[in-house]
Order: sequence, then C-alpha cells, then structure tokens
Amino acid sequence: MAIKETQLVDQDYRYGFHDQTASYSFKSRKGIDHEIVEQISQMKQEPQWMRDFRHKSLDIFFAKAMPAWAKNEVLEAINFDDIYYYMRASDREGKTWEEVPEDIKRTFDRLGIPEADRKFLGGVTAQYDSEVVYHSIRKDLEAQGVLFSDMDTGLREHEDIVREHFATVIPPADNKFSALNSAVWSGGSFIWVPPGVHVAIPLQAYFRINAENMGQFERTLIIAEPGSFVHYIEGCTAPTYSSNSLHSAVVELIAKEGAHIRYTTIQNWYKNVYNLVTKRALAHKNAHVEWVDGNIGSKLTMKYPSVYLVGEGARGEVLSIAYASEGQHQDAGAKMVHAAPNTTSIITSKSVSKGGGRTSYRGLVKVYEGCEGVKSNVRCDALLMDPESRSDTYPTMEVDAKDVRVEHEATVSKVGEEQLFYVMSRGLTEVEATTMIVNGFFEPFVKELPMEYAVELNRLIALEMEGSVG
Amino acid sequence: MPDIILQIKDLHVKVGDNEIIRGIDLEIERGTVHALMGPNGSGKSTLSLVLMGHPKYAVTRGDIIYQGRSILEMAPNERSLAGIFLAFQYPSAVPGVSVANFMRNTLMARHKGDAPLTPAKFKGLLDNAASKLQIDPKVLGRYVNDGFSGGEKKRLEMLQMLVLQPTLAVLDETDSGLDIDALRIIAQGIEAQRSPEHAILLITHYQRILNYVKPDKVHVLVKGRIVKEGGPELAHELERTGYDPIIKELATV
Ligand SMILES: Nc1ncnc2c1ncn2[C@@H]1O[C@H](COP(=O)(O)OP(=O)(O)OP(=O)(O)O)[C@@H](O)[C@H]1O
Ligand SMILES: [Mg+2]
Repeated sequence: MAIKETQLVDQDYRYGFHDQTASYSFKSRKGIDHEIVEQISQMKQEPQWMRDFRHKSLDIFFAKAMPAWAKNEVLEAINFDDIYYYMRASDREGKTWEEVPEDIKRTFDRLGIPEADRKFLGGVTAQYDSEVVYHSIRKDLEAQGVLFSDMDTGLREHEDIVREHFATVIPPADNKFSALNSAVWSGGSFIWVPPGVHVAIPLQAYFRINAENMGQFERTLIIAEPGSFVHYIEGCTAPTYSSNSLHSAVVELIAKEGAHIRYTTIQNWYKNVYNLVTKRALAHKNAHVEWVDGNIGSKLTMKYPSVYLVGEGARGEVLSIAYASEGQHQDAGAKMVHAAPNTTSIITSKSVSKGGGRTSYRGLVKVYEGCEGVKSNVRCDALLMDPESRSDTYPTMEVDAKDVRVEHEATVSKVGEEQLFYVMSRGLTEVEATTMIVNGFFEPFVKELPMEYAVELNRLIALEMEGSVG
Repeated sequence: MPDIILQIKDLHVKVGDNEIIRGIDLEIERGTVHALMGPNGSGKSTLSLVLMGHPKYAVTRGDIIYQGRSILEMAPNERSLAGIFLAFQYPSAVPGVSVANFMRNTLMARHKGDAPLTPAKFKGLLDNAASKLQIDPKVLGRYVNDGFSGGEKKRLEMLQMLVLQPTLAVLDETDSGLDIDALRIIAQGIEAQRSPEHAILLITHYQRILNYVKPDKVHVLVKGRIVKEGGPELAHELERTGYDPIIKELATV
C-alpha cells in the first residue's frame, strides 16, 4: 500500500476526494430514454445488432417492476431521471502508462493501488467512469493468445466471439437492473482464454464511480475455452458524494468443458452507492467456477453470484463476506442451479453487522429432476457487533432429484465478552482487539486473496472498527 | 526494604449481587513465587480475573496496588502493558488468528512509538519460547486455542508468558489436566520465568507442581477469604489432610 494509515484516517472518507470533472470531454444529460441509448451506441460506433439490443433492453427496463423480494422503500428512492447514464473521462485510451492523463493517475495514487500492482499494470484495465483509460496487454498474455481488453474494444475487435456469447448467460429480461445495464452498458472487461491455456497471473481491473450521480454500468464477459484457467480480480472503491449513485453491473462467465474460472471482487463503494449487480456463470462439463466476493461499502448491495451447473461433474463455489455498518444493508448471497448429474456446489457466506448495519443472506440451491449424485453445502456465519445490528438468512432449497446431498448450516454469533477480554488482557485496546476478532472471522475469505488485497482488506476493517467503537 | 510488586488491600468483589471475594489482603514481593490454593468455588479465578480487570467483576471495597499505584481504574490492556499477565484457567479461542499473528500483535502493542519489532527479532523470540516449551512450530500457524486440547491451551498460555516477560504472572491452574511430561515442561517454563525481577502467583490444586516450582509462600483461600498462610510445607499438609480440617477450624472460631 502506498498510502500511510494516518493519512487515510485523517480523511472523512478515506478515499474521499474528487477530481475536477470539468476536463471531461463528454457529458451526457441526466435521465434515460431511447435518444440517450442511441447516442451511446453511435458514439461507440457499434454494429446494428448491438444498437438493436440496447433499444430492446431499454423497453424491457421500462416494462419491468423492481425485484419483488427486495427492500422496496430503499430501491424506490432511486430517481432514474437524476442519473447520468454515460460519461467518459478521456477521448481515447492510453496505450502506455505515460499517456494516461495526470488527474487519473492522481486518482489511482490516492486510491493507494499497491506498488506490486503497478508492476502488473501491463496486464491491467482500469475503468475510470464509463470508459477504460488504460489498457495494454502484457506480451506473455498476447503470446498465449489470451484476449483481455475493455468490453467496448472487445466488441470492436472480436465481434464474432462477443456476439456468440454476449447476454447468453444473463438475458436483458432477467431483472430490471440487468435490462438497464443491457441498454446503457459501457466499459467492463472482455476476456477470452484459448483452449488449454493457463493464465498464470491474475488479470486485474479497478473500477470507481467519480462524477456525481454518475451511474456505472460496466459489462464483463469472460469466456474460458475447454481446459483453460483464468483468475480475474476487480477491486472497487468510490469517492465521497452527497447524492446517491447507482452501480449496476452485469458479469457473465462461461466456463467450457474442464475450464476453471475464479472471479475475485472486493468492493468498497461509498455509503451512498446502490450496488445492484447481476453475476452469473455457466459451468459446463467438469468445469469449475469460483466467485470470491467481498462487499464492504455501499448503501445497499444486492448481489447473488450464481453458477448454473449445466454439465456433468461441474463445480461451483461462492465464498463471500459482507460488512454493514450504520445505514448500510448488504443483501448478498448465492445461487447454485444444479442442472446436470454429479455436480457439486459450496457456498460459504460470512457477514459482520455493526452500528445498526444490516446483512442478509439470500440463497438458492436448486436441483433439477434427474440430476442424481448432486452435492451441495451451504454455510452462513454471521457476527453481530452490537444489539442494534441485524442479520437474516433466507435460504431456499428446491430439490427435485433423488440421491442428492444438500447441507445447510447457519450460525449467528456475537463478539463475546470473554473473547474480547482475553485479547485485551494481552495488551490490545478494545478497537485493536475487535479488529483482530473481525479479521479472524473473515480469515477464510482473506486467505484466498492475493497478498496486497489481503493487507488492504485488513486495513479497511481496522479503519471501520476505529470508526465506531468508543 | 522489600520491593512489593502487588499489594491487595481488604478486597471485596461482587458479581451481580453475589459477594465472591470477601476481604482479601495479600502482598507479593519482587523475586518471589506465591502459591494460592483452595477448594473449588472459593474465588481463586475470580481474584485472578479481577487482577486483570475483567469488566464483569465489581470491586466494592478495598484496593489493588501494583508497583505503587492503584490499578482499579486501568483497562485490561493497560494492565497488560504495565506488566501484569494472566494465564487463564479457561483461555478463549480466537478463530482465524494464528498464534504467530496473535503474538506479533501483542508484541506490537508494546512497541508503539519506539523501535519497531523487526521480523527477525520477533521470530527469534517466538521460536525460542516455543522450543523451551517443546511446542511444535506447526502450532504457531494454528488459530489461537481453536480446537486445542486442554494441555495445548495451557502450553500456549505459557508461551505467551515467556514471550511477553511480565513482571507479575498469575497462573490460574496452568498445571491442571496435564500429562506427566507436560507438567514437567510447564514447570520448566515457570522456572524460566522466575527471576529476581519477576513475581509469580501460582494458583493450583496440587502439590505436584510445587515439587518443581518451590513457592516462597502458600495461601489458602476459602469462601473468598485467605484463611491460612505458610511456607511450602503447608501445601504438603493440605495434600495429606485436604481442606476439611481448615474449614472445621474456621467453623469453631
Ligand atoms: N461470572 C460469574 N457469574 C456468576 N457467578 C460467578 C461468576 N464468576 C464466578 N462466580 C462464582 O463465584 C464463585 C467462585 O468462582 P471461581 O471461579 O473464582 O472459583 P475457583 O476458586 O477458581 O474454583 P475452581 O477451583 O473450581 O476453579 C463460584 O461460586 C462461582 O460460581
Ligand atoms: Mg478457578
């Protein structure tokens, strides 16, 4: 980490800084209609089929109601007319780091993107508002034939691959927010891994919301051809703004026969962000898909990474953590749909609520008729830091096959007085002891993260614990 | 003049409405080992937790003077940094936090402001203490007390003591539930802690440990009061007679 802890603590919100939006070369007006959609598609010089797709999706968005299960009063508060749906930070993409505009570099500096990551920058796309500003594929990736770019470039340069797979996992009509994303999407990552290729380094991208009321609608599509492996990491954090922001991404993963995709997210949106993300993977025969998902910020998160196990022997895993403090609701979970025999799934969900924060686990395990030999294990652990905080679990099991093993275990615990006293008796303050206990609780998640993310997450937790204890 | 590390004066302690410690006076000098014995439920653990500042126990009368000043207002972590250590009768687990990580944090709490603890120095301290207690290095990677056996927990308490080098160590039944070899190892650990600089309050039910660690003084606690004091021979006597004669004696007074 490039930023010292003290610097971070000094700030009202640790990443709370704005860049001048005046230098933006394009700024669309607020609100959403067919004209805006047309403008976006024209600016991007998209093929007709994508333009049609956007318009059709917008109609679906208008027609669809809000998700029925959700806490509607919070969602109802979103004013769709008061949001920018497209904006870009620079006219063109920087080909080298030197060409990346200074104010954007400064933003990354403030974010404290670790030095180690900068070495990686050869393989990084960084999304700044709606447009990708820096992207350059490392030579070794290129040599392996791996395609890694922003989604817009992917569409431009590899239209056939995109057209074949785009929106096949998450159709626009899936839910209101996937429809909205389909209409106005911009940026996100496009990855295609050729058959049998193992991508040794994690591919990384950073997203953040910058302009006030700026909606961000990135669209990510990862296709792993048979027998390939790729690990994709995104880390998110957003600056302070007074009014509400909307982040509504769509992420589609396709793991073909024997392929393995791991998708790691850590998001730390500021407390005014609505984070409504649709993430879904298709796992074909003997494929393996892992979602590693950390939700620390935002006002409301609704995110249920899912795996559709459509080929025999496929494996799906979701390992997620959620942290909610005052005024926050993390409504997260997972879905595992077993549509083939001998498929397995593991869901591990860990949540911490503090200062009146609320976490919910909403999960579905579905086993279709004829899918024998399915194994599924769901485990939800919630930790409550005080009596004002809240945690609920809404697990759903729909099993229509014989010879299946579906297990579900849920625990809710409180930070114990004895445990806290034990740690404090070794010289740690109450805040330090609480931080240690919470970090320990999240450890099964943290140990799956690359080093620099693990350090960053531990530090975020420490800052959170400082915020409201005592 | 003797250097008194701990002075307990007319201490009364309540949990809820229950008075558990009912007037204790006790002095411990630097460089000495005191043994505290007494029947189950007599208040030994309560006393040790009160010394460490457990929030559940209310001191209703009296005072605890440590190195010349009252510690009643000090938080548990402040007492720890001042040099007081408690080996718990029932140590808590801290899932997800490895022993090594835990120890690093406890040491870092002591290095605030001054020269940072280098990784090499930390490793040296930890490995040295672990080898004295014949702790498998693998244990240092396990989560603190998580799934530990009774004996392993006791050993981990001793490890912490040896690393932290407290001025006053209170060991609450650290010798209970140990096999013969483990008992000897724990005793060696206590002996390693014993020094002219340190003081130890050893809470035990058994004479056995006192064969290895010879106490300077033995106190007997019954129903929240120290009812008898003596030299090492008192422990031998109790081993033979049990607490009955003392309790009967009290009843007749
Ligand atoms: N937190 C508590 N709440 C209620 N009662 C308590 C609490 N702590 C201790 N007590 C009571 O105080 C008395 C003394 O307990 P304590 O644990 O100090 O005994 P002890 O001498 O350590 O016994 P043992 O030899 O069994 O460890 C017991 O009757 C116990 O039930
Ligand atoms: Mg006891």
